[in-house]
Amino acid sequence: MPDRTIANRSMIEISRVTRSYGSFKALDETSLTIREGEFFSLLGPSGCGKTTLLRMIAGFDTPTSGSISIDGQPMDGVPANRRPTNMVFQSYAIFPHLNVEQNVCYGLKRLRLDAAEEKRRVEEALAQVSLTGLGKRGALELSGGQRQRVALARALVMRPKVLLLDEPLSALDKKLREQMQVELRRLQQAVGITFVLVTHDQYEALAMSDRIAVMFGGRIAQVASPKEIYQRPVNCQVADFLGGMNFVKAEIVEENGASMTLDTPGFGRVRTDKPAAFVRNGRAATLGIRPERLRVLWDDATDAHEVAGKVVDRHYFGEITHLVIEIPGFEKPLSVTETNNFGADDIPVGASIRLAYDPDALVALAD
Amino acid sequence: MTVPAEGIVGPAPVRRQRNPVLQSEAARGLSLISPTLIYAVIFLVVPILLVLANSFWTQHYLEIDRTFTLENYRVALTDPIYRDLLLRSLWISLLVSFFTVTLAYPIAYFISFHGGVHKGLWLFLITIPFWTSYLLRVMSWKVILGYNGVLNSTLMGLGLTDGPSDAFLYNTTAVVITLTHAWATFAVLPIFVSLEKIDRTLVEAATDLGDGPLRRFLRITLPLSVPGIISAVLIVMIPTVGDFVTPRLVGGKDGVMIANAIQAQFGKAANWPLGAALSVTTMAVVTAMAAFIVVTIRMAARRAR
Repeated sequence: MPDRTIANRSMIEISRVTRSYGSFKALDETSLTIREGEFFSLLGPSGCGKTTLLRMIAGFDTPTSGSISIDGQPMDGVPANRRPTNMVFQSYAIFPHLNVEQNVCYGLKRLRLDAAEEKRRVEEALAQVSLTGLGKRGALELSGGQRQRVALARALVMRPKVLLLDEPLSALDKKLREQMQVELRRLQQAVGITFVLVTHDQYEALAMSDRIAVMFGGRIAQVASPKEIYQRPVNCQVADFLGGMNFVKAEIVEENGASMTLDTPGFGRVRTDKPAAFVRNGRAATLGIRPERLRVLWDDATDAHEVAGKVVDRHYFGEITHLVIEIPGFEKPLSVTETNNFGADDIPVGASIRLAYDPDALVALAD
Repeated sequence: MTVPAEGIVGPAPVRRQRNPVLQSEAARGLSLISPTLIYAVIFLVVPILLVLANSFWTQHYLEIDRTFTLENYRVALTDPIYRDLLLRSLWISLLVSFFTVTLAYPIAYFISFHGGVHKGLWLFLITIPFWTSYLLRVMSWKVILGYNGVLNSTLMGLGLTDGPSDAFLYNTTAVVITLTHAWATFAVLPIFVSLEKIDRTLVEAATDLGDGPLRRFLRITLPLSVPGIISAVLIVMIPTVGDFVTPRLVGGKDGVMIANAIQAQFGKAANWPLGAALSVTTMAVVTAMAAFIVVTIRMAARRAR
């Protein structure tokens, strides 16, 4: 999706930031650079420190150590109301005693623009989020989706250097959420402001971001483009968090520089890139392959790379079928996602089956 | 194996026939609230009706003439003594509610926003003065403000005054001070509740949009706590208009309020109908003033946006 070039200028510099609550470290020596005009996502399970990091960028929380700078300006001691950031809150935080228009121009009032200019900017912001004509509506008369849009307009109207979004879509239903993902992405490309999104939904992050930082336990595990994060996760945790992944125990045969050769009972000898975070621990290693990169071989079809097994379970999901296949010599059965062809026969549980795989889809993973 | 469709449907539920009046939602509701309702009718509605009836009668020495007359209301509304007393009572109650709310707001704000895990303890501490009798609290102000009181001896001890002053006690100011102290807690509670209800992310959002502490207080916290301010004003103002103990004890002759006059009519002056007419007039005026204040505060809050 990222079809426009992002300036290689950094907008947010986070260097060695730690946030501790007593002995608990919500964020542990984290460093990160977010570029100007980028749609950046902080992805991770709850309690991984992503919201803490976002709140520290906004100025609602202070790092215990380390520093944050925005657009070259160090933010130490700068209160939230003086930062060039604006935030869309998870609960939207729409002011209940004000109408839509008053909510949107809340921050503009302080700038003392002339009335015409203020009105123009409010109208523009409302148009950006498709709320034109709803300016006089009371805050309490809005639906969840509309509140979300007001929160967005209220932040965008300030023309911040960075827009921070704290799980903005989590309260919406599935359909609306998917629609808003597309809209948010389009809006970000239109205004060109740096967006930093916090989410625990991997599909949301993959669909919208230019780059993603995956976080676990107060640390960043990997920062990369959605494609790279999905296809080349650095470790088992990242791989598992971003959709399904089959893990296969392997043995290291050879290790040189950036690549290594692994041996597994089913897949044979595989040569792969060595992940950056890889630390050798004896001869054992883990290979991963996504369920959709395994393909069922029907009838007499053959492939250069095959592995044989037996179907032990099957789940039908409409457009796809999820198969669980036991392979001799593997500790755990493999998950396979097969796109359904209308009219094709079902594969019965208990059937012997052959799977084709692409050796390039096998990735070595750090633990 | 298929189950025949008829087998799933059970026999139609038979409703036991009962008196439809007793069955009705309204009857059930009424019977549920009846103890409270009876209590309210006997102890609230009947006395008020009696007062209202009395106000249209005339006292002839020991008997009451029950022919309808508006004479009592003419006296209550035109006699300068009663008019002045009523105006003074309203003025005192206004001052008391203003000072009470002004003093209670910061306390409620502190407990709500900075009380941390000890909010309950703070509220509990605030109620401690209520453990002593109201009379005792009024008397203690006499001790503080009196001629030989704490305030006078302190001022003399500090060399700020040469001799004791009688300016502190037995006047309107003394009544206002005493009542303000007596009603403080009643004002803290509703304001505290309305502050507690404010979503803290709203304050964060205001900060995020560029407001400093003062601005976000004026634009978010204060307008959203208006319901609490209104309840506090009403809770303090309405009873203080009718207070007669405090003016009696610390008010002197400048501090006499309408309730003292009403009490006199029911007591020494033995003119119940006039006392009743004064009571009804006071009730009507207080209601009007309360409505006026509610509307004014709401409008002020709206304009502040």
